[in-house]
Amino acid sequence: MIPQAPRRIARARRRAALSRFCRAYARDRAGLYGAAILLAAVLAALATPLVTDPSGMDVTATTGEAMAPPSAGFPLGTDESGRSVLLMLLWGSRVSLLIGFMSALLSMVIGTVFGVVAGHFRGPVGAVLMRVTDWFLVLPSLVLAMVLAAVLGGGVSTIVLAIGVTSWASTARLIRAQTLAVEARPYIERSRALGAGHWHVMTRHVLPNVAPLVLANTTLTVASAIVAESTLAFLGAGSGQVSWGGMLRGSYDWGAATSGAWWYVLPPGLCIVAVVLAFTLCGRALETVLNPRLRGAAR
Amino acid sequence: MTLLEARDLRVEFVSRGRRARAVDGVNLALAEGEIVALVGESGCGKTTLARTLLGLERPVSGSVRYGGSPLRYSSRALKAYRREVQLVLQDPTGSLNPRHTVYEAVAEGPRIHRLPDEGERVASALSRAGLRPPERFFGRHPHELSGGQRQRVVIAGALALEPRVLVADEPVASLDASVRGEILALLLRLRAELGLSALVVTHDLGLAWNIADRVAVMYLGRIVESGPVEHVLTAPSHPYTRALLSVLPDAPSPVVLGGEPPDATRVPPGCRFHPRCQVLASGAAAEAGVAELCASRPLPVLPSSPGAHVACHHAEATILRGRAGGRS
Amino acid sequence: MSDPLGDPVSHLAGGPMTGLERLAARGASNGPASAPASGPAGLLELHDVSVTYRGADGDVPAVRGVSLALEAGEALGVAGESGSGKSTLAMSLLRLLPRDARVSGRILLEGEDVLAMNWGRLRAVRWASASVVFQGAQHALNPVRRIGDQIAEPMLVHGTATPAEARRRAAELLEQVGLPAWRARGHPHELSGGQRQRVMIAMALACSPRLIVADEPTTALDVMIQAQVLTLIRSLVAGHGIGLIMISHDLSVLASTCDRLAIMYAGRVVESGPARQVFRGAAHPYGRALAEAFPTVGDPASRRAPRGLGGDPPDPAHLPAGCSFHPRCPVSLVSCASEPVELRPVTARGPTGVPGGLTGNGAVPDGRTVDDTAPGGPGGRAGRAGRPHVAACVHVGEEAR
Repeated sequence: MIPQAPRRIARARRRAALSRFCRAYARDRAGLYGAAILLAAVLAALATPLVTDPSGMDVTATTGEAMAPPSAGFPLGTDESGRSVLLMLLWGSRVSLLIGFMSALLSMVIGTVFGVVAGHFRGPVGAVLMRVTDWFLVLPSLVLAMVLAAVLGGGVSTIVLAIGVTSWASTARLIRAQTLAVEARPYIERSRALGAGHWHVMTRHVLPNVAPLVLANTTLTVASAIVAESTLAFLGAGSGQVSWGGMLRGSYDWGAATSGAWWYVLPPGLCIVAVVLAFTLCGRALETVLNPRLRGAAR
Repeated sequence: MTLLEARDLRVEFVSRGRRARAVDGVNLALAEGEIVALVGESGCGKTTLARTLLGLERPVSGSVRYGGSPLRYSSRALKAYRREVQLVLQDPTGSLNPRHTVYEAVAEGPRIHRLPDEGERVASALSRAGLRPPERFFGRHPHELSGGQRQRVVIAGALALEPRVLVADEPVASLDASVRGEILALLLRLRAELGLSALVVTHDLGLAWNIADRVAVMYLGRIVESGPVEHVLTAPSHPYTRALLSVLPDAPSPVVLGGEPPDATRVPPGCRFHPRCQVLASGAAAEAGVAELCASRPLPVLPSSPGAHVACHHAEATILRGRAGGRS
Repeated sequence: MSDPLGDPVSHLAGGPMTGLERLAARGASNGPASAPASGPAGLLELHDVSVTYRGADGDVPAVRGVSLALEAGEALGVAGESGSGKSTLAMSLLRLLPRDARVSGRILLEGEDVLAMNWGRLRAVRWASASVVFQGAQHALNPVRRIGDQIAEPMLVHGTATPAEARRRAAELLEQVGLPAWRARGHPHELSGGQRQRVMIAMALACSPRLIVADEPTTALDVMIQAQVLTLIRSLVAGHGIGLIMISHDLSVLASTCDRLAIMYAGRVVESGPARQVFRGAAHPYGRALAEAFPTVGDPASRRAPRGLGGDPPDPAHLPAGCSFHPRCPVSLVSCASEPVELRPVTARGPTGVPGGLTGNGAVPDGRTVDDTAPGGPGGRAGRAGRPHVAACVHVGEEAR
């Protein structure tokens, strides 16, 4: 009887906390716009295979004229092979968003593990981890990513790996700083005196306390990962599939900007800007809502 | 029967490239059901001593003994030790994870040790700590409680492991005056009900007078005077104890010690209190013929036995002379 | 009301009094009952001061109608637990409260209403006429600036000294608070906690203020350092004729430093009077609980008998009706839950009796008391009679009978 009660209370508490979080987030207008853009982009990416025909992406099976301006059949015109730019934009969003999410996730996992472990073990282990982090921090990540992408060969997973492995270092530093702050709290001492081991302290006390920071930071990392993917694709180290960055590369190769084919340049560029902006807005809003200090001031 | 004991304990740190002798030879014993107050200024090593007794700090020499055998520092042995000796910290607000409910905070110990009947354990620990009915507090978060209630939750968290010793580091220093007495009364009640021993680390002599059986006064890593509270606090022998008592708000003629606060990286030769000693400064030590000893001859480490002990050349000389006078 | 002493106002108006006596007698009270009488203005007078915080869920009263008076050279201790409104009251004196706080009533600093001042005047008054030593002041020093520069800053800001003069004065101030003058060239991290607290006091003294508000100045300090700082504060008040308002939850510290005490509970003054009298013979059950919280070492009554007060401080947003203390009161009556209580004079034979025990001059160093200046005899006891010991409790009136 009794053991159930606290769990039920805890669940009710968590629900209340979630609704409080939603209310607080809803008060942030910029965050709401960001979330709306994101939702639209993700829904479009998910719905693309259901509503469009992938055969339109095949350069050998195109029906349109090369570099045609927008028309009724092709609302955003066509590319150099006669493919619909709108279709490419929709399919490209899948690749861009997927790479963005996956590499941000990878970056956050590596960064959080390094940060928490380096912050928890302050002896030689922490020192070595931080030296490794510093090394990755000063490394020119774009060059490293290009080399990695070239060495490992093309493909979505390669690009995810290349971006993820090169972008975690600053996250690790951030998480380590937060971990050090949490570890200095007396409740960590109390927990150790209760008999807690390293695993317990890291998972029960440190991780829940750095999680909001991780979440807010991940959102920002997705934005930079999408930019990184576009940059890599633009520089020719793409995944081999159509993405927004790849489209920009194509438009550059065919001189779309100089020949006045704005429909080939602007849409992917604007999409990148919109999605990156949306992630940044969401990240900022999350930071405001989840930062205990700001939240405490609001109460 | 002695339950927890420090035997010639020394703990050192490296602070800014210098070796700090935080605990520099301490014998201290805590008997079953006994409350001992460890009194001293900040920086005297009392908190380090308490942490070492809990196994949170390792001594460079000497040993911590529990139930007659020395404490081992393997993680398994330490974990078992945690069920016997528990900690209560000064700041109850910081001691509780703000994200955990009262239930989770109290259940943390039983969960770590995988004890059965978690719910009943938590409920009984909370009611023992004076939070009744316990169910009313389960779902609360620390910020919804008053300072006194938070400290009760911390104490309940320790009690949930059914320890035999509590080490409390300034348990009431950050609480309001009105709550202070309630928490101290709780410690006394736990001793009466559960036979719990307690080592209370404090800078507050009034606290020692309120609850302790014995008191040990610490200065710069050493215990300089120890004995039953009635004896040490009403007839102090060591000049430092006398100075501490004289600056209490009610005392008639305060002896405010000047000089730099003690620094564990620079322990003076001879008696470690001599640079600030008012007895030496007043010339009383010279009169007794011990002034040179004060500055040169180190004092022995006091034993941990229950009687009254003092580490002071002047006090020893006075006692000797008193005995000689009594005989003649 | 059959008791002629039951109503402080009629009592005060009763006999012929000098202006000073009247002012002194006004002491502390709640509510508008003690409107300012004509006469020489004291250093600080509070008339019916209330502070309300505007919250999301409605207004929360933090201070509810407090009237106090303070002379130059006098030390007033304000005691109470956290949430009693004592810090809010202290911060309201110089309008240092956050924006969402609304202050009403009158705060007269040397006859000038602080609440009516414009910003320029208020800035001039802060530091120059009155300064604050904050709680946890050790963290209030800028770690990267030299100590001397930080002490000199208020003088330069207020244009009361040239840089060279300010430097000289900073060195003087350091020596005044018991630190060597060469410390002016050092940085805060080179100092211990007590030394930093002294630097804070030196900063507060920089512009030679007439009033110092010290909010828990010794709370984070060790007993020995606390004694050093308290001795310093006492000698400053005595030697410079500075008025002091000291806030603390430790009644024993206040009793040993201050001439008078005011005890606050739930935003009101529930007891006030001469320090020794309040500390030794508190008439209000809350005052008694605070006084008993810190035992006298050597007193057999408190040996193995720590005393405290059950229950929790009331939520300022939902104060109990009647006497706000009644839910925690060990001696409450049925009527306490409904009828509010005003401050009433405590007779010399208070609950603990002997007034002779109250004249011990431990409260005031070097024997200087405000009473010495009162006409009608330098005798401590006669002078003290003019500053009534008052308490807001139904039992107080009964005991007088």
